[in-house]
Parts: sequence; C-alpha cells; structure tokens
Amino acid sequence: MRVSFTVNGRRLEADDVWEGESLLYVLRERLGLPGAKNACEQGECGSCTVRLDGVPVCACLVAAGQAQDRAVETVEGLGTASGLSPVQRAFVDAGAVQCGFCTPGLLVAVDELLERVPRPSDADVREALSGNLCRCTGYEKILEAVRLAAGGPDAPGAAAGPAAGEAGGAPAGEAG
Amino acid sequence: MAVTRTPSRITTGVAGGIGTSAPRPDGALKVTGEFAYSSDLWAEDMLWGFTLRSPHAHAEIRSIDTTGALRVPGVHAVLTHEDLPAKTHYGLEIADQPVLAIGRVRFHGEPVALVAADHPETARRAAERIRVEYVELEPIVDEATATAPDAAVLHPGRTDRHSRHVPHPNIVHRQPIRRGDVAAARAAADVVVRGDYEVGMQDQAFLGPESGLAVPAEDGGVDLYIATQWLHVDRDQLAPVLGLPPEKVRLTLSGVGGAFGAREDLSMQAHACLLALRTGRPVKIVYSREESFFGHVHRHPAKLSYEHGATRDGRLLYVAARIVLDGGAYASSTPAVVGNAASLGVGPYEVDNVEVEAVGLYTNNPPCGAMRGFGAVQACFAYESQMDRLAAELGMDPVELRRRNAVSQGSVMPTGQVIDAPAPVAELLRRVKEMPLPPERPWLPGAVVGDGGPDGGAGAVDVRALPGGLSNTTHGEGVVRGVGYAVGIKNVGFSEGFDDYSTARVRLEMIGGEPVAMVHTAMAEVGQGGVTVHGQIVRTELGVERVTIHPADTRVGSAGSTSASRQTYMTGGAVKLACEAVRAEVLRLGRERLGGTSPLWGTDDTGLFLEGGKVVTAEGRPLASLAEVLGSDAIDLTREHHHRRTEPFDLRTGQGFGHVQYSFCAHRAVVEVDTELGLVKVVEMAAAQDVGRALNPKSVEGQIHGGTAQGLGLAVMEEILVSDEGRVRNPSFTDYLIPTFLDMPPMRVEILELADPHAPYGLRGVGEAPTLSSTPAVVAAIRAATGRALTRVPVRPEHILGL
Ligand code: FES
Ligand code: FES
Repeated sequence: MRVSFTVNGRRLEADDVWEGESLLYVLRERLGLPGAKNACEQGECGSCTVRLDGVPVCACLVAAGQAQDRAVETVEGLGTASGLSPVQRAFVDAGAVQCGFCTPGLLVAVDELLERVPRPSDADVREALSGNLCRCTGYEKILEAVRLAAGGPDAPGAAAGPAAGEAGGAPAGEAG
Repeated sequence: MAVTRTPSRITTGVAGGIGTSAPRPDGALKVTGEFAYSSDLWAEDMLWGFTLRSPHAHAEIRSIDTTGALRVPGVHAVLTHEDLPAKTHYGLEIADQPVLAIGRVRFHGEPVALVAADHPETARRAAERIRVEYVELEPIVDEATATAPDAAVLHPGRTDRHSRHVPHPNIVHRQPIRRGDVAAARAAADVVVRGDYEVGMQDQAFLGPESGLAVPAEDGGVDLYIATQWLHVDRDQLAPVLGLPPEKVRLTLSGVGGAFGAREDLSMQAHACLLALRTGRPVKIVYSREESFFGHVHRHPAKLSYEHGATRDGRLLYVAARIVLDGGAYASSTPAVVGNAASLGVGPYEVDNVEVEAVGLYTNNPPCGAMRGFGAVQACFAYESQMDRLAAELGMDPVELRRRNAVSQGSVMPTGQVIDAPAPVAELLRRVKEMPLPPERPWLPGAVVGDGGPDGGAGAVDVRALPGGLSNTTHGEGVVRGVGYAVGIKNVGFSEGFDDYSTARVRLEMIGGEPVAMVHTAMAEVGQGGVTVHGQIVRTELGVERVTIHPADTRVGSAGSTSASRQTYMTGGAVKLACEAVRAEVLRLGRERLGGTSPLWGTDDTGLFLEGGKVVTAEGRPLASLAEVLGSDAIDLTREHHHRRTEPFDLRTGQGFGHVQYSFCAHRAVVEVDTELGLVKVVEMAAAQDVGRALNPKSVEGQIHGGTAQGLGLAVMEEILVSDEGRVRNPSFTDYLIPTFLDMPPMRVEILELADPHAPYGLRGVGEAPTLSSTPAVVAAIRAATGRALTRVPVRPEHILGL
C-alpha cells in the first residue's frame, strides 16, 4: 500500500508498504529518517518516540497506515536553521549524551513536555520521561539538561529536588 | 613502554584540554539524529539477514531441511553449518563456539541457520520454514549437574590451556588464592560469620541492538561496518571463519548504542559476512530486542559461600570463600572472570590469611562473559554483605569496621601483589558517610511536618515518591527508611600477563592556515567518551585547538577492547605518546628550519612546549608559529602504548602481580521500603570515587551515575530468568526490567584525584568501579530498613516480606 503523511512539515509518500510495517520501519527504512531508534519495538523503551499530530507516541507501536494524512515530527525536525534547538543544546552542554541511542526519543519527549509544562518540577520530569529508558547515564544529567532547557539552574523545580542532592552533588574535582 | 612519569606541565594554552569538561565531538550529531548507529546503515541492493535459533537448551540435531525456506520468494540464501567455508568455531579465549550449530545445541537461542532476504519480514518468515529435527537432551543447569560423575560433557576433547588443570571437563577454569594460614587464624578468631549468597543473571541491556552491515568487496574480501568493542579481535576471529586472509576482512566502527561488555564476543559479525559473501550483496542484520537477549553473553550468575573471622576489635583475621560462576554453554571470557572474582574476592581489605576458590562452569544456561564489573561485582555483593554481618556480630558501625580493615598504598593483596599507588578506601568511606542525608519525608515516623521538600510541600504525600510509585496501594503507613554502605575494588586493564596495548596515530598539518591535528585509533567509542578525551589530550600536548577524530577501523593498529576501564589509560596513553613524538618532531623541524633565529631553540627539546598553535618557552614566550615550522609538511606518527607487564596467577596459590591498576568506589544508599507490600524506593545514592585524575570531570560523573544505575538495577530488579529446562523466560524489555527515570534517585558524587604514578596523567580507569558497590549498598540499606538477611540479588518483594 501507499502511505502519505507529513513529516517535519514535508509531505512524504512511502510505496509498497507491507500491512504489518510500523511507522518506525517506514520512517527509518523507507524514508531515510533513521533518527527515531529501534531498541525494543514493543513500546517499552521510548527510543522511537515521535510526535503524531503533536502527541508523543512510540513509532514502533503505530502501524504505518495509521499515520495516513497525519503530521509526524521526529528528532530530525527539532533543530532550527541556525543550529541546535535549546533542548538539543542543553543535552550536549549538560553531558546528558553518552552512547546517545536514547537521545532522539528523549529529545522529542522533552520537547513536548516543555511545550506543555514550561517549568516542570523534577518529579514532573521523572514521570514524563519514565517511558524513555537510558542505559548509560543514570538519568541525572538528563534531568540537568531538562532543567537547563527549561530556563537554567534558577528555574523553579531546579533547586527543589526531593533531596538536596538533586542539585547534582559536589562539582567534580572540587572534592579532590 | 610504560609511561611512568606524570608531567608537571599539563596546562594548555587552548580551550578544551584535559581537566576540562570539554563537550563530546559526537554530541551535535547524536542530538540531531544524524549519528549513524549500526542499525541505521543502508546500502544499495541491501539484503536483510535473520538467524534461526534453537528453541532448546540442550539437544542433538538430527537433520536440517532448508528447502521450504529457499522456496520463499525474496529469499537469496539459507545457510547452515554445512555452508561454512573454513573454520567452524570461534571464541575470545577458547574457540569453542560454533558459528552455526553442528550436531548439537547447547543453549536456548543458539544460532542454527541463517537467511538473507529482501525484506526483514521475509527473512523471518522463511526462517520459520526451516525444518530442524531435534532430540532433546537432559540440560546441565548448575554445579551439581555439571560435575556429577555421569554428567554429559559439554565440550568433549577440550584442548584449551585450562583443560589440563580443571577437576572436571565441565569446569572452564578454576583459580584458588591461598595466603597465610586460615586454619590457625580460624582458631584465633573471636568472631566468625558465615553466609551463602546468590547473584542472578544480569544483562547489559544496552539500547542499540546488535547490528551491522557486511559489504562484499571486489577483491573477494568483505567490509564490515559494525558496532563492537574491539575491532581487531573481531577480525582475528572472523578471518579464519570466512577463510580469508586478515587483510581482506576490513572492519569500520559504526555508531555503538552502548556496550557494557556485551559486544566483546562476536554476535552477528560472522553471520552477516557469510551471507554477504554468499549472495554477493550487502547484508544487514539488526537484532530485535528478543534476539539481542539471545545474541550476547550476560553477567555470570553466581553462588558464593563466605566465612569471615575477626578479632573482637574488628580486625579481619581470615577470609575463606568459594565462588561458583555459571559460564553457560560457551567459555567466552569466563577464565578471566574467574581470575578476577578470585583475586578481588576479599575486597579492598587487608587480610593476612585467605583461602578463596573461584570456578567457572560450563552448563546449558545462556553463555556468560563480560559485563561491567567483570567478576568483581558478584564478589563485592558477597564480601560487603559479610562485612555488614560481621559488624552486626561485633556491634560495630559497619563503616568503621570497613575503615579499620581498608587497604591503603603499600597494602598486600591476597595475591601477594603490593598496592603501589594511592588506595584511599578509608577516605572514600568517610566521604560518603559524611555527606548530608536526604531530608526526612513526611510519611516517615518522627518526620517534621513541613520538611517534606518538593514532593508536594509541607506534610503532603506525593504518591509518586512512595515505594511503588503511582501504582502503590498504600499511602506510606508501612514505609521505613534504611541507610547502607559499601565499597569495592576493581582492576583496570587486562590482567594475568596479557600483553595489553593500544595504538594511536596522530597527524599534524596546516589546513586553511590553521594547525589541525588528526587522531586515528581503532578504539571503539561505545558512549564512554573516549573520542572526547582524545581531543583533550591532543589539545593539551600539541596546543592546537582543532582536532579531528578519524573513524575507528582496522587500518591502524589494535586499540584493544573498550572494556576493563582501560581505554583512557591505554588508548589515551597511546595518543599521548604519539603526540609526544609529533611534538618532538615539530621541535626538531623547528630547530632545523628556524634554529638560527633564537638561541632558545638550543640543541634539544628541553624547555620548549607547544601552546596556542605556537612553539613557546617555559615562560610562555613564543618562538615560532606552527605554520612557520610545518610549512606544507604533515607530521604523521604512530605509537603503541603497553602498560607494565603483569603476570599470571599461580594455578595452585593464586600468587602473582596480576593486575596493573586498582580502582575504588564507595557508595551510600538511602532507601524507603514499604514493608507491607515489599516494595523498595531508592531515595538517594551517594558515591565517592578516586579517579587519579579527572581528564573530563563531567564524563567521569556521567560514568559514576551510569555505573551506579546498573548496580541499583542488579540490586532490585534486573535478572534474566532461566527455567529448569534452561529456557530464557523474559527476553524483552517488558519482562527484563532496567531502572527507569522513576527508579533512579538523585545522586551525589564526590571525586578524588590521587594520581597513580604509573598511569598516563596519573589517571585511573573509571567506568567499572561504580557498578560494584552500588548493589551491596542498596541491599544493606534494605536490610537496615527491614531487618531481613537478604542474601540474594535482585531482592524481590517476597524476600522483603519473608515469604
Ligand atoms: S523501540 Fe519503540 S518503544 Fe522501544
Ligand atoms: S546515552 Fe546510552 S542509552 Fe542513553
């Protein structure tokens, strides 16, 4: 079958799509947009998070046909002409990227979160991103990145972690 | 050549040198989705490979019929062991693993046949049509069944170097460590504690699935683009399997989505290459998550029995231990894991009398091999649990007991090795102990109302912060808090006499009027940040701002494995050596070309440095720019970095200078436990680690955070469940749980920098140590909260409830 939809603002078509193919497969293998990642293909890890008509979904759980005539946004659409978006920048600056496999899905999820809740508390962030697994970072620096993107260290929710340690502990090296 | 010097001048005139938190050079690509991971690769006319795997843990294969699969339209090749062109087995230390099963399968999920087709789904469906006739055999599942007198031998006719020394052919390797006189010490001990411990099978669970693209080349060879930890050792195993000379098997590293040890062994490398060579077309294989669980080795599950004896004032007199590691169907790195578990088996403590024995088994369970912490993790859970038991028996503070026995520089390990670098174990413990505790929460007995912090404000209960989170069914009535401590010791680099080395090529030239350095190594960047550090080292040593990182491939010498916390030490060390050679050449050229301009050029390099794109004197006075010195020439030099030689452990006594460097990390865990539901919430983790020198503090913190998370996972949720028949019951992220954002608490990290005089820049491998002590610290905290003995990880609700 043929599926046509809008991806990052561009009208695209995919031909010869099998009935069982997921939106994730079509994006990655047919449209050459590998930004959304395949890590579980069961909706458990969030690596494939994209927005479908603005709502974050696991692209691995969406049948390609369900995207017909709808708008899809992927990590490839996050940046701006002048470079990285603030959320992308914050992830790099905070050291929230290690292997980076979880990063595209997280970025799409964070982007949506900050659109909905511009100043999320740490608890909000943890809850909103609990569907995005990261095996490398222990999440601490991802939290820092979200705080940074939400308006820097003084943003509400930044200092007010569940514990004083939420602010990140002692600066590295200082202790030595 | 070993680097034994810590240079005094390691400041740099350009930004982003060592000691700064320079950003990752691959960061921008990773946040825009442009970074090409191995599962993102694509080639014109590409086919998809799929692996048919055994549904049984132990079975004889009577026949394989591929005709049905070959008839499926779109299928281009179906391969079984009969199609293997050359060597049929491979392996890291022992070549015992068949590329495709021959006559027998030894674990659930073992590769039996391969399909290449034009769509992944076609390949999968075709594989279902391969008819394999199995006769199931009794599976060997533990030590008792493996070493029973009538046990089936899993690898008959072994000729590997361990086979002569093991008491049974189903034992891969056995390493005793004997020191002092345990019998005498036992007689003298005031207090003795004994315990049996168990560690479940943990999985690396990296997110980027095993995948790669093999492209047949015109010269009859193959180019493989692959996510791996060690390009050269992959090639060394591949070439004989493909029947090709090594130079015709070229590997290039593609984007790696995490590794943690699981990419040390081959997975789909040989399969993709065989299909590509057979079909003459590029072949891509991407594992599903389920296949990933079958396709790589796991952390060895372990059974450990420990006996500790001490004086009344808390001095350890002896430790006796037996550690049984289940290596599963194939050896992988089991011998080295056994060596680690044995030699690090008593922990970072001074003990004069030691009797430890570690054995690694062959069974029909999933193969186990390298995972972050590598044999030290299992031992750490047991010896730290014992230290708590001993402290309780002595009525002593558990941290105080540890500090009284902590090793320090000059201490003798049970292997007889003297620790010849700082070993601040007592200091690390002091630091985690003295960090302020997280505030009490409103639901805890005795908590001050209004001290509730952010979780909803004064006195309010935010259910998200309770054990069980949003799905909890109480409101905190039965919630109690506990605090636990642990510390661990991990070796850095390859041990036991292995000639561990790495190679780096550094090229310096003028491009567009600016000096640019290029670094070429075969180091696998698996997320750890090695490429970042290479740039920092070059900036520091050569004083140039622009550094490009050449893709890692097999056209340069081996970098060794990205494992054993060794890459910054080894490849970083090689980059440093290559830079030093380049610098010497710059200064020689400068002397030759411009020496007449200033007497300061002298006759050797003393007192001259490269900084800010210039040759400068010790006082920072510029002598010449690199442009003047280099002109249109490029300096391109390659160096190898070997660490000082270690030696194998004696096979009877375990004595020997076996490890090149030790690293240490201490943890404090604070947990809250719902004692009615058996649910745990880790409230905070605190860690202190000595890193010798933090080349990139932010990356170091990131490693400590990540390692802590994996240790927490092992403590409370992560386990591959294997049935009595040897079948894996939870090969998915639905059923194998790794910590989510909600499971990971805030973390405090303190970093010590006590330089190791033997290491480049004084650094100490960072990646693994934080994985060790995290697990026992969490379990100690749960014990403190509940009073339960808890001798097995992961801890489950039924253990907490005593069911
Ligand atoms: S790949 Fe879609 S949620 Fe994991
Ligand atoms: S950075 Fe590797 S999975 Fe998140």
